[in-house]
Amino acid sequence: MKINGTEFDEKEAKSPDLLSPMERRAFLKLGLAVTGVFAGGAILSLMSAVESAFASGGHAKKYPYKPHYSMLVYQNRCINCDLCLEACVKTNHVPKYGYRTAILEREAPKSTGTKREFIPVLCNHCNRPPCVRGCPTKATWKDEKTGIVMMTYHKCIGCKTCIAACPYNARYYNDERTSVDKCDFCFDTRLSKGIKTTACAEACPANARVFGDLSNPSSEVYRMVHQIEKTVWVIRPESGAVPNVFYTRE
Amino acid sequence: MADNLTKATNATTDIRLLWAWQTIANRLSGVGKGYYAWLAISSALLVTGVAAGIHAFVVGYSHLYNCTREVPWGILISTYVFFVVTSTGLCLVSSIGHVFGSKDFMPIAKRSVYLSILTIVAGFLVIGLEIESPHRMALYNVISPNLTSNIWWMGTLYGAYLMFMAVEFACLQFDRHKLAMYAGFLGVVSGVAAHSNLGAVFGMLTARPLWYGPYMPIYFIASAMMSGCAAIILFTWLASKVNREPIRGEMAKAVDLTRQLGILMICVIMFFQTWKIITGLVGGELERETFLTLLTGQYAFNFWTFEVLAGMVIPLSLYILSRGTNMKMLFWGSLSMIFGIFFMRYDLVVVGQVVPTQFEMGVNEYASLLAYTPSPHEILVVLAGFGLVGAFFLLGEKIFAAHRVEEHAEEVHAEKLTVLETAEKTE
Repeated sequence: MKINGTEFDEKEAKSPDLLSPMERRAFLKLGLAVTGVFAGGAILSLMSAVESAFASGGHAKKYPYKPHYSMLVYQNRCINCDLCLEACVKTNHVPKYGYRTAILEREAPKSTGTKREFIPVLCNHCNRPPCVRGCPTKATWKDEKTGIVMMTYHKCIGCKTCIAACPYNARYYNDERTSVDKCDFCFDTRLSKGIKTTACAEACPANARVFGDLSNPSSEVYRMVHQIEKTVWVIRPESGAVPNVFYTRE
Repeated sequence: MADNLTKATNATTDIRLLWAWQTIANRLSGVGKGYYAWLAISSALLVTGVAAGIHAFVVGYSHLYNCTREVPWGILISTYVFFVVTSTGLCLVSSIGHVFGSKDFMPIAKRSVYLSILTIVAGFLVIGLEIESPHRMALYNVISPNLTSNIWWMGTLYGAYLMFMAVEFACLQFDRHKLAMYAGFLGVVSGVAAHSNLGAVFGMLTARPLWYGPYMPIYFIASAMMSGCAAIILFTWLASKVNREPIRGEMAKAVDLTRQLGILMICVIMFFQTWKIITGLVGGELERETFLTLLTGQYAFNFWTFEVLAGMVIPLSLYILSRGTNMKMLFWGSLSMIFGIFFMRYDLVVVGQVVPTQFEMGVNEYASLLAYTPSPHEILVVLAGFGLVGAFFLLGEKIFAAHRVEEHAEEVHAEKLTVLETAEKTE
């Protein structure tokens, strides 16, 4: 078989394992850059599902934001101590009936190893946020500088379309604010005041939540998302929201 | 000279007002006790429901309505959908006559336009008592519009629709048929645009597999036509009882044509629903679970008994068996269809949310279906919508002289003469 002047029948098949790390990285980076998967696409497993990840792709309006705030969650580090939740409530004045972040619990009785794991969840600050698209009055919007999905409370009419639209159940109606409320990566309470990380990430004793800048190569989030040795994934990639909260295990 | 002219103009205005009031008073008096009883019941429902809604607004919807973070849209949203679907349907079916010129549909035109205004207002009333801050909507829909939002388009287009329908109705009252036709045409265009946007409010939500896709806007329009046929037949029958006039002649012919259109639309919806379900059952886990909830799970009774049997099978059978002449059969078929359609909207809205969005994660928190049951306050607000339609339908039958088409002008002229004679005698 001859394609573009190359006789493929004469070539020897080369296993991906034989590729040098540089070759592999270059190939992957090219693919990821082309499809925009770095922006938070369907990274189910960079190694095993690389083709399906590429096929799903991402269509970020702008990637990366500078800084491109995102979070990496080491799922198996979470011990469900709730310190992150307490820090969030205290920092962002979250009422008892609501939450901006939660820890979900999954049991796997048939597993040969750990039988239970905890999954911290929060707003995914999606690159194609369905909540932002649906809001009639631009009460919720994507910050052009940081990529954070923000709220302007006084514009919210309380139609709750954003709550219905969110694939992550990240929003709730706050009676005191007479508006829908959600995680803003502590922008109002911390980042805008020069603090470098979110309250939940700072409070976590196990370092399960790593807050970082996806546009900064020295950030841990950047390094983990732009590597292929370990599986990194996102929740509900099929929703097309292109989220910015990534998950992995050690 | 100018003074005399002003005086003359004022006198004419006074006489007109007097005529209008006296006409309304005459038309509303001398009707049976049953009429007043139904009017009182409908008004009581309206007042009680509005009071319940205002109470919930003041106390906080979260305290008195049963919607939650996971199920943010409940019976009030589905009732809103029910009313606006009916309104669009009434507008579309009646437009066949007075906008698109099919004379056989003309006898139902005036009443349908009037009812389409009532039902859209009922929809606005219900959603007005559901949205947390409706006052902000008036301001920020204008100064901060989001053109990618279907809710924004729906609200704006339905506002335009209401205006066009009101103009059309006024034109029909004053026999300005050409102007009514233009207003009606704009009403149809804005109605279809608004209504398909309502479908898209659901259809554009990728997180909800029961709703996501192009099906919703298409289904909403087809479903509106079905609702419109049922509403026209139901209210024509009720009007015949209110006015003690049997349905005959041209009106009977129009009802029969509406029945035939109704049969077609029920079949279209059955076809649509069948394929929606079949495709849904081979979808992802979340989608499959949602459809199973409807077909064999917690909402199966609603689906099979209300949606399928009451909403489609019974009306289809009665419409066919009536042969277009048995009005009682047509009435019961239409009533059954409207009852079933109410649950179609309810199931569409609620079942779309009861399977958690994170169901596929397999976490303990979202392993089972979410619960939602309407609260008493929510039910009262729903009844307010029905009360509004009922009360103003009854008033409309009398005030607008049974929405008659051909006899209307002559009758109005006769009434005008009587009032003028009375006024002269008084002077």
